[in-house]
Amino acid sequence: MLDILLFTVLPYMAFIVAMVMALYRYRTNSFKFSSLSSEFLENNHLFWGSVPWHYGILVVLSGHLIGFLFPRHVLAFGSIPVRLLIMEVTALIFGLMALFGVCMLIYRRFTHSRIKIVTTGMDIFILVLLVGQVLSGVLIALFYRWGINWYTVSLVPYLKSVLVLSPNLNYVSPLPHLIKYHIVSAILILVFIPFSRFMHFLVVPVHYLWRNWQRVIWNYDRKMIRKRY
Amino acid sequence: MDIRSQISMVFHLDKCIGCHTCSIACKNLWTDRKGAEYMWWNNVETKPGTGYPHKWEDQEEYKGGWVKIGKRVELRGAGKFRGLKNIFHNPHLPVLDDYYEPWTYKYDDLISSPEGNDQPTARPVSLVTGEHIEIKAGPNWDDDLSGSELYAKNDANFAALSKKEQEDMFNLERLVMMYLPRICNHCLNPACAAACPSGAIYKRGEDGVVLINQEQCRAWRMCVTACPYKKTFYNWHTGKSEKCILCYPRIEVGEIPACMHSCVGRIRYLGVLLYDAEKIEKLVHLEDDHLIEGQREAIVDPFDPKVIAAARANGIHDAMIEAAQKSPVYRWVKEWKLALPLHAEYRTLPMLFYVPPLLPIMGNVTEGTYNNKNQTYFTSIEQSRLPIKYLASLFGVGNEGLIRSVLKKLMAVRLHRRSIEVSDMTPEFAEGALREAGLTAREAEEIFKLTSLCTFVERFVIPASHREEAIEMTKMVLDHKGETGFGFLDGPERI
Ligand code: SF4
Ligand code: SF4
Repeated sequence: MLDILLFTVLPYMAFIVAMVMALYRYRTNSFKFSSLSSEFLENNHLFWGSVPWHYGILVVLSGHLIGFLFPRHVLAFGSIPVRLLIMEVTALIFGLMALFGVCMLIYRRFTHSRIKIVTTGMDIFILVLLVGQVLSGVLIALFYRWGINWYTVSLVPYLKSVLVLSPNLNYVSPLPHLIKYHIVSAILILVFIPFSRFMHFLVVPVHYLWRNWQRVIWNYDRKMIRKRY
Repeated sequence: MDIRSQISMVFHLDKCIGCHTCSIACKNLWTDRKGAEYMWWNNVETKPGTGYPHKWEDQEEYKGGWVKIGKRVELRGAGKFRGLKNIFHNPHLPVLDDYYEPWTYKYDDLISSPEGNDQPTARPVSLVTGEHIEIKAGPNWDDDLSGSELYAKNDANFAALSKKEQEDMFNLERLVMMYLPRICNHCLNPACAAACPSGAIYKRGEDGVVLINQEQCRAWRMCVTACPYKKTFYNWHTGKSEKCILCYPRIEVGEIPACMHSCVGRIRYLGVLLYDAEKIEKLVHLEDDHLIEGQREAIVDPFDPKVIAAARANGIHDAMIEAAQKSPVYRWVKEWKLALPLHAEYRTLPMLFYVPPLLPIMGNVTEGTYNNKNQTYFTSIEQSRLPIKYLASLFGVGNEGLIRSVLKKLMAVRLHRRSIEVSDMTPEFAEGALREAGLTAREAEEIFKLTSLCTFVERFVIPASHREEAIEMTKMVLDHKGETGFGFLDGPERI
């Protein structure tokens, strides 16, 4: 019963809430969209927190994504033990990096008086959520070996079944609690995107790479007005 | 030709009295609020000195502006690759302590403290944390502190001076200082805008004001690093960067920016410049030596019929063109070549120009008394207390010739006027000085007038904003037509 709730209902609710609220907030109050950087107030501990956290989590997340998109290739690539080992170790290292980073970020939130001023309850909450997420991920990597293999054969099909709107519980029900926790917590993080500073990754400035260096805006474009009327 | 218009400024440094009225006017109007307490969009610093934020000119540390590497010009500390790579932690970001921790006093304690043996005091508290703090720095901590070991000695411009010259400047008899009021330069090649990953910073086509769209800023903080003048500021409370807006709401209705309007020394001039945007790219790539000359060339003659036609074709309003023809800034910068940009080597093409200070010049002393009776009243500009090299580092990209030519002109104007007013020198002597400086008596007279006798309307020439057209700055006329009367903040709901 709980499984049905968590793995068939929750994902859709989470997705809908996240999408609708993020769009709504972007449209109505995009002033609130900000990474709310606090580097200006404290930049030493931030380095040891933010940098390992972001790079660590980026690599780990991309790993998850690649496994999801190309399960067969990943499986085939990992069929040689050495390669699999290398992949696993890399993932673990970046996972540990992220874990270290996020712990540092929490430590920083509590130790600097200037940072306390700009810390909200939600900040703490999502940091704790992230610790849970990354910690469970690292533990899974340690205790349920060769995750890269079983991820592609058990979790990827589940995720795909969710994606095509016919969630197949058979894939997740038999999984250990730790892994279940990891999944549910990931879904929770999704829910909190529009309600917290997580929002900043919806506005990651990739377009910077191809935009012009300078922007000039004419509020009152006479030429255009002449053309229009 | 791609003619654009820019509202641009000249600050005449000989006239600045260092009163900070400009800073206060700006503070009261724009930055007296949470998260912005430490910001001084307008600040006045004492030179030699380290300025605000501390040592902002030291680009080894802050990595601001553009640099030319071989043939390429790139952002020193930001940019597409460098900026995105450093987005999680920007190692070159100035932090609060590089400015100062803003504070207030617990004034209330003075009247509400319980009766006791001691006089109640108003202790300082931080405006960030609310905790008691010991004040260690302020926005003008080195105000008037010429010669200080901690501040003046660390002036980044001393790099241009030899050891001996530096020591000379700290001789008691030669101690000297000048004021340098600074606001955002509303550059033609703004590094802040180029560095913004979100593309939130833009230049307005109509008047060249550089603005940060608060709805698009996402606190990536790259503009703060990129602006070599450190004139974008990070608001720690809102998580958005902010900068001088050249009081655009005032400009739009034909009023003058608050700092300029309130300037006690009347050092500030505001006017329209027309420039050729096509030249910018080439200009940015010029060698250091040619930057200032190149920028002057990009500023075009508003009387030239070809320029006027091109301006009209670009949709520049006739009132704007007319204002450009009357622009005091055009005269200072282009006609008389007296006003120079600050640190043009940063290659942002700043559109705020400074007339470098001529005084104090060492007086002629014979046997302990100043010799003030004849034409040697002023000694030569070479004996100016502020070494020409130092001024060249600020305003001439190291080119002393540029500064010398400006100072010669300023001196010639003074001699010319003295020969008329005090007549303690022969007219030939004054004429000789004018000739040497390359000025005619008429020009000297005009420079004198615009320096000393200028009225409000001569100092500030921006186009009258036609009320009927002002709305068109932001809206299509026909859209607006159906909206007159009074509006509603929230539209009606008909259900
Ligand atoms: S002075 Fe700085 S903030 Fe102002 S336009 Fe230039 S680069 Fe941008
Ligand atoms: S108000 Fe004018 S004279 Fe006074 S400090 Fe500012 S620029 Fe100088």
